[in-house]
This record gives sequence, structure tokens and C-alpha cells, in this order.
Amino acid sequence: MLTAQVAVRLGTLDLDVSIDATPGEIVAVLGPNGAGKTTFLRAVAGLVPLTQGRVVLDEVVLEDAARHVHVPPERRPIGVVFQEYLLFPHLTALENVAFGLRARGVAGSDARTRAGSWLERLGVGDCAEARPGALSGGQAQRVALARALAIDPRLLLLDEPLAALDASARGAVRRDLRRHLASFAGIRILITHDPLEAVALAERLVILERGRVVQTGSPAEVTQRPRSRYVADLVGVNLLRGTAARGLVALSGGAVLQSADGVDGDVFAVIHPRAVALHRARPEGSPRNVWRGRASALDFQGDRVRVGVEGEMPIVAEVTPAAVRELDLAEGGEVWVSVKATEISVYPA
Amino acid sequence: MRAERPPVLFVVLATVGVAFFVLPLAGLVYRAPWETALSDLTSSEAITALRLSFVVSIAATALALLLGIPLAWIYARVAFPGRDIARALTTLPMILPPVVGGVALLFAFGRRGLFGQALDSMFGIRLPFTTAGAVLAATFVAMPFLVLTVEAGLRSMDRRYEDAARTLGAGRWVVFRRVTLPLVAPSIFAGAVLSWARALGEFGATITFAGNLPGTTQTLPLAVYIALETRPEVAIMLSLVLLAISLAILVGMRDRYLRAF
Repeated sequence: MLTAQVAVRLGTLDLDVSIDATPGEIVAVLGPNGAGKTTFLRAVAGLVPLTQGRVVLDEVVLEDAARHVHVPPERRPIGVVFQEYLLFPHLTALENVAFGLRARGVAGSDARTRAGSWLERLGVGDCAEARPGALSGGQAQRVALARALAIDPRLLLLDEPLAALDASARGAVRRDLRRHLASFAGIRILITHDPLEAVALAERLVILERGRVVQTGSPAEVTQRPRSRYVADLVGVNLLRGTAARGLVALSGGAVLQSADGVDGDVFAVIHPRAVALHRARPEGSPRNVWRGRASALDFQGDRVRVGVEGEMPIVAEVTPAAVRELDLAEGGEVWVSVKATEISVYPA
Repeated sequence: MRAERPPVLFVVLATVGVAFFVLPLAGLVYRAPWETALSDLTSSEAITALRLSFVVSIAATALALLLGIPLAWIYARVAFPGRDIARALTTLPMILPPVVGGVALLFAFGRRGLFGQALDSMFGIRLPFTTAGAVLAATFVAMPFLVLTVEAGLRSMDRRYEDAARTLGAGRWVVFRRVTLPLVAPSIFAGAVLSWARALGEFGATITFAGNLPGTTQTLPLAVYIALETRPEVAIMLSLVLLAISLAILVGMRDRYLRAF
């Protein structure tokens, strides 16, 4: 069980994040660059002192700012896979993995044997004598994982474990990492800015923005009910906020939407771009929500086009290239927008 | 680098510039008594000076490493008040006339000096006119090269490797020994070679502080100076030895030297 209440003020960064995790859980901390993800990881590892808060792992207090308790990083049962892996360049893969065992007082030959079996376990036994400079990105990642796991940690922290790889290798290494993470029984916390990575590897997401947790939940909950523009943009949906009463949502911009969901009060409304229809003239028929706007940006993505529409209610629509031709859409051109009430998902903010 | 056709004026001036350095060397090589080279170099005074120079310069380099690496670490890692002044003081010997350094050493560690008197009366240690004094003089002028080079290396190294080592269970001393030192080894090597070369060529501080006693403090440069009066052919051959060593170091270190500063 991990309880991490991390408050760090460092220069312009103001981080205040609380995360609990139970044994066996894989948590992904997802957020844009500069949100404080890496500082959070370094604080839990003991590399950055807390301004306030406490870190408790399996009932052992590792840090308590109020009581001036700070267990140094070398005495925390925490394994870290750093961004870019940071394998010691002057040591072989085997010596890298043996490093932690040696530092913890395991005799040389014993440490080498155990390090070798860790490399075997992660499928990089034949890289034992190679220097990090000679390893591929995927191999380096496994060696880094072996190095972090060899010290038998209770908590494994991974900082952007796939960011150092080129796109072609990422898929295979991610599947690999997923398998190896599954074989470790402790708590795993993964730091990433890549939603695909977070959803693929973790059971629970913690969304971090500007030093604060804005949402936590399962990947499904977070992607279906985003609570911040950042997540909505990641998932690719329109996120609106307003006040709902009797099926009507008054948006902060002044527009009013009709929705089929019966939620009242301060709400989020999510509209998938696929559910947004575009017309040359004011449409007739069933859609409850119709308004006028101006096409501001056309983004061709293969067999689809994302059209940004500006106006009293800015929104992104997704249509086919054929529709763009038929509508004679051009950037700056007038367009009518319609959304069926049943396509708007409304939930409390 | 983009190759460019140089202006004629630059070619002329640059040629004069190179000649200014090459001509004295050519004079030395031209006047070298090659037929007696071996006997000159193996004369007892030459052998004595060569041996002493190697002992003194290597001892000075060792002392510079022992004191200089911790000093460079503190300069690179600890922000203490007066750091810039301290760094300037320990860099001073690089630009100070060595004779001035020798005079300063004399007034500090001489028999009547500020600390020399105490050293003599309390421990019976007398530094002037001893080989230890020559080592001290050489260290005084050579150590700044090591400190500057190692500090630059420490500043440019990726400290996250040290973080990684700590999360693996290494305390500060293990981190320093097994991660920091190996990662800055190229800088330490470069700094040690530069210090050694500087110590080998040291003249002014040595003759002022340690004197010019054959076998005790008369190192190669001092022997060259003395031999010039009595046996110029020995002076020339010893000069060529120093020249060859310095040239080999500069050619071998070119890239490292430029990177460190």
C-alpha cells in the first residue's frame, strides 16, 4: 500500500498531488509536459525533498515533511526506470544490473549470478557483456527494468519508459513491457504524456495538470467522461461545461444545448466529433441543436476531415472528404451545425 | 567546417605568426649536436636532472589529484559564499609570474615564513631547498589546470546518473567512486596530463623557493638554464627532450584541451 501526499514548490513549479495505490496495481500518471510528473516521481523516490506531505509505503514512513523524516533514496525499497534509462555507460549490462545488489552488500560473484538471471528473465541474457551504447532501445529498456527489479523493490516507478524509442519500435516494446510489468507483484506507477501508453499499460489513470490531479479513474471512465480540456483533446472529443436544468445545458459562452441525459447542476457535456453534422443551409428535421458558425480549420486525416467551427459555440466536427467537397467547405466559409440531443453525453462536473 | 579561400593579407600575417614559433625551434634543432647527442643526454648531470624532474612532476601531479579532485567537486557542486573568489585565488598561479609564486611560497613556507617557522619548530620540517619544496612549487603552478578541467567535467556530466545510482542503494561515497569518478575520468585524465606537463616545465617558482641544488631541486628546466653557461650542447639536448614531451602532449590532447575550456 502506497500513500503519497506530495507537495513540492520548486521555482515556478507548484506541485500538490496525492496518490494512493494498492499492491498489484498499475497506475499511470498522465499529463502534459511541465505538469510536474517527473518531479512527483523524483519526490516519491526521495530525490527531491517534500515541501509538505508524506510518503508511506507498506506502513513504513519514508518521508514526513512535518516531522522532518526523510529516508534517503538509497534506503527506500523503490526501483526506478528513468527516462532514457540512464544505464551507466561505463559498465556492461550485467554490471549495471549487479550495481544495486553490490551497493546493498551482495558479494561480487553472487551479485553477478543474480544479475545474469534477471537479464535472462527479461530476455536479454545475451546482452550481458554489452555496454549500454551498443544496445538497441528495446534492449536498453529491458536492462533498465532488470536493474530496477533486481533490488527487489516494493514499488516500481517508471518515467516515460517508451519515450526514448522511435515510433517503429514502440509497439513491440510496449507489449513486452506490459508482459514484464504483469510479472512484478508490487505497486507500479508509470509516468507518461502518451495516452495510448497509459491506457495500454495501466489499470488506473491519474491525470495531472499544472501540478494538480484533475481526474482519476479507469481508462474507460476517463476517456468516456473527460473532466479537463487536456483529456478531451487527448481522446479527441468536444468537451463543454455549463449548467444543466431539465434537459437544457446553458454553456458558459451563452449558448444552450438540449440533451437527453437528465442531470442537473454544474455539468460537463461531451460531443464526439463524429456526431456533429454540417450543412450548407439551416437544416430541418429532428436535431434539437442547430447553430451557425464559420469553418476555421480543415485537418485532413486520411479518410476523414476534422473541421473546426467557430462561432457562438465552437466545436470540432468530423466528416468525410466527400462531404467537404459537397458542402464546398473552405476555411472561413459559413456553415450550419447540428447535433442530436441523444449524442450529447452530460455528467456532473 | 566550411572551407574558405583565405584573403592574401591573412595568409601573409598567419605565415609570419607560425614562423615566429617555428624559427626558435628550428634554431634549436639546427644547433643540436646530433653526433654527441647520446653522450650529452647520458651525462650524469643530465640523467640526474631527468630523473629528478620525473619524480618531482609525478609527485606534484599526484598531490594535485589528491587535493584538486575534492576541490573541483566542491566548486562544481556546492554553492558557498565566496566561491568565485576562492576559485579565482586557486586559478591565480596560471597567470601569475612563477617567480612571484616562488617568492610567496618562500614567505609562507620558508624557514622564517608565516607557516614555515611553525613547521620547523613543531615538526622539524624544512621545505626550502628540498625535493619536497620543489614538489610544492610544481604543485602550486600545476594544480589549477587539474581543478579547472575536472570542475568543467563535473559540471557537464549528467547528474541523473548519480540519482539512478542512489535509487539502486548506493550511498554518497559509493556513488562518487563508482559513478561520478568513472564518468569524469576523461576530464581527470586530461587535467592530470596538463598538470604533469606544467609541473615538468616549472622553473621560476622552483628556483625561487627550492633553489638550484643538483640532485635535490635542480629539475630539467633549471639544468638547462645552468648548462647554457657551461655546456650549451647539453642545454640544447635537454631542451629538445622537454620540447618533444610538450609537443606530444599538445598533439595528443588537442581535442580534450579545447573541450575542457
